[in-house]
Amino acid sequence: MLTILHKQLLNDYQQDFPLSPTPYLDIANSLGITEEEVLVAFSALSEQDFISRIGPIIQPNQLGISTLVAMAIPEKHISEVAEVISQFPEVNHNYEREHHFNLWFVLIAHDQQHLTHVIKQIEKQTNFKTMQLPLLKDYFINLGFQLNLEPQEENFPINA
Amino acid sequence: MIEAIDLDLIAAVQEGLPIASRPYALIAEQLNLDESEVIARLSKLKQQGLIKRLGVIVKHRRLGYCSNAMVVFDMPDTRVNEMGLQISQFHFINLCYQRPRHGDQWPYNLFCMIHGKSREKVLQQLNYLIEHCALENYAHDILFSRRCFKQRGALYFPRGSDFSHENRD
Repeated sequence: MLTILHKQLLNDYQQDFPLSPTPYLDIANSLGITEEEVLVAFSALSEQDFISRIGPIIQPNQLGISTLVAMAIPEKHISEVAEVISQFPEVNHNYEREHHFNLWFVLIAHDQQHLTHVIKQIEKQTNFKTMQLPLLKDYFINLGFQLNLEPQEENFPINA
Repeated sequence: MIEAIDLDLIAAVQEGLPIASRPYALIAEQLNLDESEVIARLSKLKQQGLIKRLGVIVKHRRLGYCSNAMVVFDMPDTRVNEMGLQISQFHFINLCYQRPRHGDQWPYNLFCMIHGKSREKVLQQLNYLIEHCALENYAHDILFSRRCFKQRGALYFPRGSDFSHENRD
């Protein structure tokens, strides 16, 4: 069960995790609790799989190169094709979606050559074509994911 | 040009900071650097924008945001920037990108992501967006996610990849 502390840690430290020698102590101090409590709470969130990690999000295409890829796979083959694709370490966020193009994933590589190589490998191993949709422009500044962890209904305010 | 030492540092932190009293000191030890240098370099990378954000990366599905829709629009090229900026202001929009079209099979050039606790909620939010941005006249499509086969942060130096060290010297 998520406590108020868990919710604060989930919502308030997505953007600017302290860059100081003792970040967990800094968080503890700002919340008026002990460092130990913060460490225990983050460990629980991690162990219970509520967070994937505390780490950096790299601006797309600054380090290496990435592309969104879509494929149209017959329903009966999608699990096996998805499994082949997920094996590639360059693949993340591999999702099935409700559409003719029903398999969507992001590929990341050091350079275009390697990216092209991986795409060719995927097409060869699956026998299906890919559609590449690289990012042209990112309109979103704040990538944090604001959670409404309260049971009541959300309304629709626009960010200030 | 990014320094090799910064690449090593990103490789070391990309799978997560240790949950321990002195996380940057532990990273520093791995890289044979000083703790203060690790902190200074990460601060610099963040300030330069290479690190877009540093912090908690939540698993939205696990937190009850089970419905995730990719919403795509076919916008005139002359309006795509303006609309992209406008759409990205809504709190329920998590990503907003311009991407290339692919002929008749994929006419859409503006992508955004809506995460919600239910399908109904996501559709309600999409209707709100369409109404408030006057998007009624642009073709759009909604692609709800069904199964998640893999979800992992972007690893820029994937382990086990033959290419992971290729450009680092």
